Amino acid sequence: MSNVDQKVPFTEAVEAFDPLLGFEVHVELSTKSKMFCACPTEFGAEPNTQVCPVCLGLPGSMPVVNQDAIESTIKIGLALNCKIAESSRFARKNYFYPDMPKDYQISQYDEPICYDGYLDVEVPLEDGTKKSVRVEIERVHMEEDTGKLTHAGGATGRIQGADYSIVDYNRAGVPLIEIVTKVVPDTGALAPEVGRAYVTQLRDLVRGLKVSDVRMEQGSLRCDANVSLMPAGTSEWGTRTETKNVNSFKSVEQAIRSEIERQAAVLQSGGKVVQETRHYQETSGTTTSGREKTDAEDYRYFPEPDLVPVEPSAEWIEELRAGLPEAPAKRVARLQEAWGLSDFDMQSVVNAGALDVVEETVAAGVDQAAARKWWLGELARRANEQGVEIDQVGVTPADVAGIVALIDEGKINDKLAREVIDGVASGEGTPAEVVEARGLGVVSDDGPLIEAIDQALADNPDVVEKLREGNMQPVGVIIGAVMKATRGQADAGRARELIIERLG
Amino acid sequence: MSESAISLNTELIKSSASALAAAIAHREISSREVTDAHLDRIEQVDEQVHAFLHVDAEGARAQADAVDAKVAAGDELPPLAGVPVGLKDVFTQRGIPTTAGSRILEGWRPPYDATVTTKLKGSGAVILGKTNMDEFAMGSSTEHSGYGPTRNPWDLDRIPGGSGGGSAAALAAFEAPLTVGTDTGGSIRQPASVTGTVGTKPTYGSVSRFGLIALASSLDQGGPCGRNVADTALLHQALAGHDERDSTSWAGEYPDVVAAAAKRDVKGMKIGLVKELSGEGYQAGVSQRFDEAVKVLTDLGAEVVEVSCPHFDYALAAYYLILPSEASSNLARFDGMRFGLREGDDGNHTVEQVMGLTRDAGFGDEAKRRIILGTYALSSGYYDAYYGQAQKVRTLIAQDFAAAFDQVDVLVSPTAPTTAFKLGEKLDDPVAMYLNDVATIPVNLAGNCAMSLPIGLAPEDGLPVGLQIMAPSFADDRLYNVGGAVESALVDSWGHDLISEVPAL
Repeated sequence: MSNVDQKVPFTEAVEAFDPLLGFEVHVELSTKSKMFCACPTEFGAEPNTQVCPVCLGLPGSMPVVNQDAIESTIKIGLALNCKIAESSRFARKNYFYPDMPKDYQISQYDEPICYDGYLDVEVPLEDGTKKSVRVEIERVHMEEDTGKLTHAGGATGRIQGADYSIVDYNRAGVPLIEIVTKVVPDTGALAPEVGRAYVTQLRDLVRGLKVSDVRMEQGSLRCDANVSLMPAGTSEWGTRTETKNVNSFKSVEQAIRSEIERQAAVLQSGGKVVQETRHYQETSGTTTSGREKTDAEDYRYFPEPDLVPVEPSAEWIEELRAGLPEAPAKRVARLQEAWGLSDFDMQSVVNAGALDVVEETVAAGVDQAAARKWWLGELARRANEQGVEIDQVGVTPADVAGIVALIDEGKINDKLAREVIDGVASGEGTPAEVVEARGLGVVSDDGPLIEAIDQALADNPDVVEKLREGNMQPVGVIIGAVMKATRGQADAGRARELIIERLG
Repeated sequence: MSESAISLNTELIKSSASALAAAIAHREISSREVTDAHLDRIEQVDEQVHAFLHVDAEGARAQADAVDAKVAAGDELPPLAGVPVGLKDVFTQRGIPTTAGSRILEGWRPPYDATVTTKLKGSGAVILGKTNMDEFAMGSSTEHSGYGPTRNPWDLDRIPGGSGGGSAAALAAFEAPLTVGTDTGGSIRQPASVTGTVGTKPTYGSVSRFGLIALASSLDQGGPCGRNVADTALLHQALAGHDERDSTSWAGEYPDVVAAAAKRDVKGMKIGLVKELSGEGYQAGVSQRFDEAVKVLTDLGAEVVEVSCPHFDYALAAYYLILPSEASSNLARFDGMRFGLREGDDGNHTVEQVMGLTRDAGFGDEAKRRIILGTYALSSGYYDAYYGQAQKVRTLIAQDFAAAFDQVDVLVSPTAPTTAFKLGEKLDDPVAMYLNDVATIPVNLAGNCAMSLPIGLAPEDGLPVGLQIMAPSFADDRLYNVGGAVESALVDSWGHDLISEVPAL
C-alpha cells in the first residue's frame, strides 16, 4: 500500500459525494480539584506531585464525585440546549494501559447527564454573509482524564520501540467532559467551514461559561472529527473515519477537507473506506492511518458500583439555567453592532479572549477603539509573553479606563502609559497613583522644555540649518534629544510646536 | 460478681472484649499487659493456626502504651480503649504490609489508612496485626491464600471457613478477642459458623469501604467478628457510620446495636424459617442443631412461621456472574506498574508483556478463574445474557426479602450447609466450594444484614454449627436482640460458652 494517499480535488469530491460530519469534543474543566478526589488540577506542576491514593488507583481507594464538575457540565449542557437527565450513572470503561491508574476509566456510557441539544452555528461565507447551521448534540457526559506518558528512545516517540516510558499522573482524574454531536448532514462544500465554525463557537460558548480554559494548544479542548461520504443523491451512509490530533481551529477545517478528498479518491477508485482512527499531520495538512477500529476493542462497560447515580434536583437545574450568561453568538452580534465593528475586527477581539475586558472597559466610559487598542495591543502582548489569559495580566478594565483618561487629559502619552501599566501590574496602585509615585507626568511647564530644546538646537547646528531651510525631516533628531533630556516626559506635540517657535 | 472480676480470675486471652475494656478503664489491668498476653499467645499458637499474615507487635505495644497513658491521665476513654483486635488483611493500614492474601501485593505498604482502620484507632483498639484470608477474599476455606492456609482451632486438619478464616480462627484460638472481617458472599458468617464464633455482615453502606481492597464493590461489606454477641455489637458500633469518602455509605440513622445486644427480648416477635434454605444438601447434625435453636426461640416467646423466598434458588448463579464481573474490573489495577509485584521488567519485554507476566505470577488459580469468568460475562454480546440477567435476579431476591419482612421481623436459616470440611477436600471442585455459601449469598445480593452465631456442635463430627439471622436493611439491631436472646438461652442450658469447648492447642 502506498504511503501517499490519492486525492480527488475538493470541488469534484463534494460534487460526487455528500459529506457527513460528526464531532467528539473533549473539554478539560477548570475545577479546583479533580473529578473524583481533592487533588489540585493546576497545569504544569512537577510530575506526580498532584496525586493521592484515589487518582493513583491505589488498592482500596474509592472515587467521590466533584459537585463543581457536575455543575459545570450541567451549565454546558444547558447552554447547548440539552435535556438534563433526572438520573444518570457513571460506568467503567475497562482497558489496560499504563496511563490508566485503575486500568479502567470512570466515564458515562448509556446514561449521560445531558442529551438531545443543539448549537446554531454561524458559518461565514465567501461573499461576507453568514449561513446558520444547526449542529445537533447527541450527549454531553463526564469522565476522568488519564495520566500523561512520555516515551524515551525509539524513533517515533510512541510506546512501540521506546527504551522506557515515564508516567505523570498529575493529569489522571482531571475532569473531562465529552460533547458528542449527532451526524451533521447536508453541509456539502461548506463541510470544512462548518467544522471550524462549530468548534470555534463551541469554544466561545464554553469560555463564556467560565468552566474551562478551552485552550486547544494546551489540550484543554480536543476535537476528534468524524467524516464519511455518501454518494450524492443517495441516502447510503458510508464508512466513517475518526481523525484525532486536530490541534487548532484551522486544522479542523483542513482535516475535514483533506479527509473528504482522500475518501472520495478511495471510493472513486472502487475501494472501500476503512473504519479507523486517523491522525492529522500539521505539517502536510493531511491525515494518516492510525489504528484500525476492530471488534476486538471491547471496553466491557458496566455501571460503576463505587458511585451512586447523579440526580440533580429540578430546582438546582433551573437555578443554573437562570444564571447562564447570554449566548455568545447573540452577545457578539449585539456588541459588534453597538461598537460598529467589521466581522474581522470583532473576531480579533473574540480570538484574543478580550470580549469581557473590552466590554467592561467600554462600560467604564472608554471609547471602543481605545479599549481595543490597549487590550489587543500592549496587554495582549503581555498576556502572551506570560502565557496567561488576558484578564490575568494584573491590569483591570478600570485601570485601562484610568490610563485612557490620563492620556486624554494630556497628563501622559502612550509611551508613559506603558510604564504606568508596569506599575499597575506590579501592584503599585491605580494609574493615577503610579503616575504620582513614579513622577511620570508629561512635562507641561514649557520652561524646562524650552531649556532642553535650546540645548538640543545648540548641539545640532547642521540640523538647525536644514530646518531653517524648510526641510522638516530631521526634526526627529531634535525631538529625540529633547525626549532624552526630559527622560521621555515631554509631550512630543508640544515640543514640535516649541521647536518651530524657537527657530523663529 | 462483676464481669471484669471473672475475667481477671481466668486467663486474659479468654476474656471477653467487654470485660477487658472495663478492666482497663477501671485500672484493674493495663492495656500493655492485655496486649502482651495476646502477642505471647500468637507467638505460641500461630505457627499451627496461621491466622495472621503480619503481626505488628511494636505498633500494638505503642498503641497499648498510649491507651495506658490516657488511663493514667484520667482522660475520657473511647469504647474499645486498650482492647486488642485483628484486622483482615484486606484493609489498608498505613505503613503496615497489606496483601489481601495475594502474592501480587507482596511487600506493599499502603500510604494511607482505611476508614475502618481509622475508626479502630479512634475507638482506642490495639491493632495486633493482619489476618489471613483467601486471595482477594475469593473462597470459603482460606486455602486460596497466597501465603498458605489457616487451620481451624477445633480441628487443625479442617478449614476455618473463608474468606475470613484468619479473623475467625484468631478468635477461636484466643489470639484476639475481636477481629474485623469482610463479607461479600458469606466471608464473615461462614467462618464464624465453622469456628463456633459470632460474625455480622452489616447492612450494605453501614461500614465504609474506603481502604477495603475491593473484590465486588456492590457486595463487599466490612463487619465485626467476636466470641459473643455483646462483644460483636461493641465492634459493630465502632465500625459503622457515614463516611464521605465512600459514596455508597449510608447517610441516615444507624440503629444502636449495643443496646439491642443487651435487650435479648424476642417475646411476640415473628420469625421466619426460609423454606429454600433447608433440607437437601444440609448436613443432618446442622439441621438438628438448627431445629433446636428454632425451638429455643419458640420457648422464648417468639412466633415462628415458614416463609418462601423462591428466587433464592437462583442466588448462587447470579452471584457467580456479578462477583466475577466486578472483580475482573477491580483487579485490573494489579498490573505491576505502580505497586506490588512486577515481573519481566528486564528490558526485553513490552509493557503489555510485563503486565501479563506480573498477573500470571501474582494471581492464584481462583483469582484467575474469576477474572476470566467476569471478563467473559461483561463482554459485548454477552453482557445482557449474563450480567444483565444476574442484576434482574438480584432485584427479585430483594423483592423476596421485602415480601418476607412484610410478614416477619427476622428470618433464620443454618449459616452453612455443613460443618468445617477437611483441608483439600473441595479444592479441586470449585462448585462444591461455592455451594458452601448458598445460604449466605442472598443477603449480599439484596444488601440487608445478617449474623451468624454458634448453636452447638453437630453430633456426628463434634464441630460447631451456626445459626444465621437475617434482618431488613438498617435493622441490624434486630440481629443483636435475637442473637443475644438465643445465645443467652443456649449458654444457660449448656452451663458454659461453646467456645470453651475448643480443644487446647
